[in-house]
Amino acid sequence: MSNIEDLRTAVISGKRKDAKVLTTALLEQGIAPERLLEDALIPAMTVVGDKFKRNEVFVPEMLVSARAMKESMKLIEPKLIEAGIKPKYKAIIGTVEGDLHDIGKNLVATMWKGAGFDVIDLGVNVTPSAFVDAIETHEPDIVGLSALLTTTMPAMRETVAAVKATGKNFKIVIGGAPVTQTYADEVGADGYSPDAASAVDLAKSVLAA
Amino acid sequence: MKYTSLTISDPDQLIYGTAPHPITTKHGMVIGGGMIYPELNFTLPNIKIEKSSMPEIRRHYQQIVSESLQRAAELESPGVVLEFETLPPMTEFPEFGMDIVKILLDGIEEAHGKYGLKASLRCTPNDNREFIRPPIMRSGRYWEAMLELFEKSAQAGAEFLSIESVGGKELHDDALVNGDLREVIFSLCVMGVRDMKFLWDHIVPIANKHGVYAAGDTACGFGNTAMVLAERQMIPKSFATVVRAITAVRSLVAYECGAVGPGKDCGYENPILKAITGFPMSMEGKTAACAHLSPMGNLAAATADLWSNESVQNIKLLGGMAPTCYMEQLIYDCRLFNQASSDGPEAALQMRNWLVKSDASLDPQALIISPESSVAIAQAIVSADDHYSAGIASAREAIRIMRDSSEKGSLKMDTRESAWLDRMEDELDDLPDTEEEFIEEMMEDVDTDKFVPEDYELPVLLTV
Ligand code: B1M
Repeated sequence: MSNIEDLRTAVISGKRKDAKVLTTALLEQGIAPERLLEDALIPAMTVVGDKFKRNEVFVPEMLVSARAMKESMKLIEPKLIEAGIKPKYKAIIGTVEGDLHDIGKNLVATMWKGAGFDVIDLGVNVTPSAFVDAIETHEPDIVGLSALLTTTMPAMRETVAAVKATGKNFKIVIGGAPVTQTYADEVGADGYSPDAASAVDLAKSVLAA
Repeated sequence: MKYTSLTISDPDQLIYGTAPHPITTKHGMVIGGGMIYPELNFTLPNIKIEKSSMPEIRRHYQQIVSESLQRAAELESPGVVLEFETLPPMTEFPEFGMDIVKILLDGIEEAHGKYGLKASLRCTPNDNREFIRPPIMRSGRYWEAMLELFEKSAQAGAEFLSIESVGGKELHDDALVNGDLREVIFSLCVMGVRDMKFLWDHIVPIANKHGVYAAGDTACGFGNTAMVLAERQMIPKSFATVVRAITAVRSLVAYECGAVGPGKDCGYENPILKAITGFPMSMEGKTAACAHLSPMGNLAAATADLWSNESVQNIKLLGGMAPTCYMEQLIYDCRLFNQASSDGPEAALQMRNWLVKSDASLDPQALIISPESSVAIAQAIVSADDHYSAGIASAREAIRIMRDSSEKGSLKMDTRESAWLDRMEDELDDLPDTEEEFIEEMMEDVDTDKFVPEDYELPVLLTV
């Protein structure tokens, strides 16, 4: 008999094949898919995320765990959909128009996925209208914008204004090297985070507010 | 490989201010001729670049050039290079870029007339090809606009042409965050090398046509991305160190195609290239903390011929506008180095050694570009048969240097870091002998949707 603890350990240690085998077995044993997500995968990624925050693991090691989680999610997701269970939060993320920097944004997306968010990554050089279209299509709970150039910060301001004008109900968080809390306040974002590790806490806190 | 031996094989000859093949500017600065000069780089504060904001943008650059050169003259700098590293829309729309080139060239001439200051301009267009995903590397409007800015700026009198090109980066960012050395080598030594050859075979003729210098490229998007990630403890420093050694193979291609320096500031691989080519190099270190942090603030100056601040926004500081303040800092740094040189070769070597020793034991990324390590890695590169083998050889040499130094106690390295030395060595051991086999393997493994194989002369795999 496999148990949830084994799956959690497999994800923490980045064992993709084990994660797949264990997920299959646990689902066959009749364990509910949402339990696997809530009790194994998310706690595993929280452990890894905390280790990363404490500088105990490097990003490549964290990504190995993220890939193990993905392997398991491939099996869990169809069951969740079948059972009509949706992820708690849906997020849209992208780097603003004119800006091609995406390493930081990708890390934020990985962290959000690790926390169980359904993340739609629009990529780089995303125009305000592309953000608006994605919001209309996906109806997210949270929208994340990233900018690394001082000269694309105005695009961030324009994007915030454009997405707010949709009148939909979601939170906006922003980040990137030149961005500050003051700037977030100025452009009317709901939150700012200086790094990927704290972006999860930020998202959860603005969504709870 | 064009270079099969080193131009500087004695580490003691790899020293700041002096290069075997110096470069003389129009106003008579001899770069690499015994003196190190400041190279000032600057950028805009928070502002969108479009037609309507150009008047304000022009005012920024006018202020930068007139105030910073005035300060250079007041401090009696023997010369100075200004680098105009464009922001993406300034290359996308070359008329924006050319507006600024002219302002800077006029400012340089004015300062020459007014104060007799010897100044020169480096123009660095953006490599905007990756605005399209997958990037179109060999044609299209981004490619055309980039060549247009090179051509027009050279024609107008920008004496040095440089770029931070991005060929191979389609796969490299992922390779970095995944700690995948095999993919790093593929990105830099297969894809990067091919794109560099294509690109510099276009830039060198433009420079030659207008009588200016094809100055060189940097693997900024590769090596410095790794360095910034390592600085933030996201990837191991030992891995970033090996990446740096491999970047030298990619950047070398510009010189193989006819570039002559001064190599561009953000190429921390430049000391290795100086040992191979003998051309002068620009470097940045402690005085570039305004742009990004680095673990080799002093050591970077040890072999530099131009000393740069990388980039600073035109904002007001207590001492004055930031570019003027940085001009002053660079000038004082250079004065000290030049004073040591004018006290004789021994004093210069002493100064260089202090610069090296103050950083080398604290971080492998610093150690790897010390004169001794640079010559060792350069030797590994020129001894290889092709760029692929050179990439592997430079990686192995970097690992050897880190291992030896850490065993001797001359390099601080924790177990989390040193574990990566074994991991990387294993990866290198698993690589095939020939580039052909390597390409075959990699084209099966990598995400070929991220790049256009034809633009890299790579075989397109037929999926059945
Ligand atoms: C949604 O909520 C959130 C929450 C948190 C969020 C968030 C969103 N987004 C980010 N965060 C936060 O969490 C992340 C993880 O902890 C963090 O993300 P970061 O992105 O900050 O951190 C990453 C993990 C690591 N950091 C990075 O990846 C950025 C590092 C630096 C060195 C950098 C890199 C690597 C690159 N660059 Co660029 N680059 C620089 C950067 C210097 C710096 N000081 O930042 C900077 C930003 N670049 C600059 C420049 C000038 C340029 N770059 C360019 C290109 C590149 C590369 C492609 C080579 C590469 C990017 C690779 C990539 N795929 O992203 C060009 C522009 C391209 C474009 N159109 O965007 C080009 C114009 C250079 C040229 N000559 O072409 C400078 C900006 C100057 C200015 N005026 O603003 C720069 C400060 C370097 C410098 N010192 O001059 C946080 O900010």
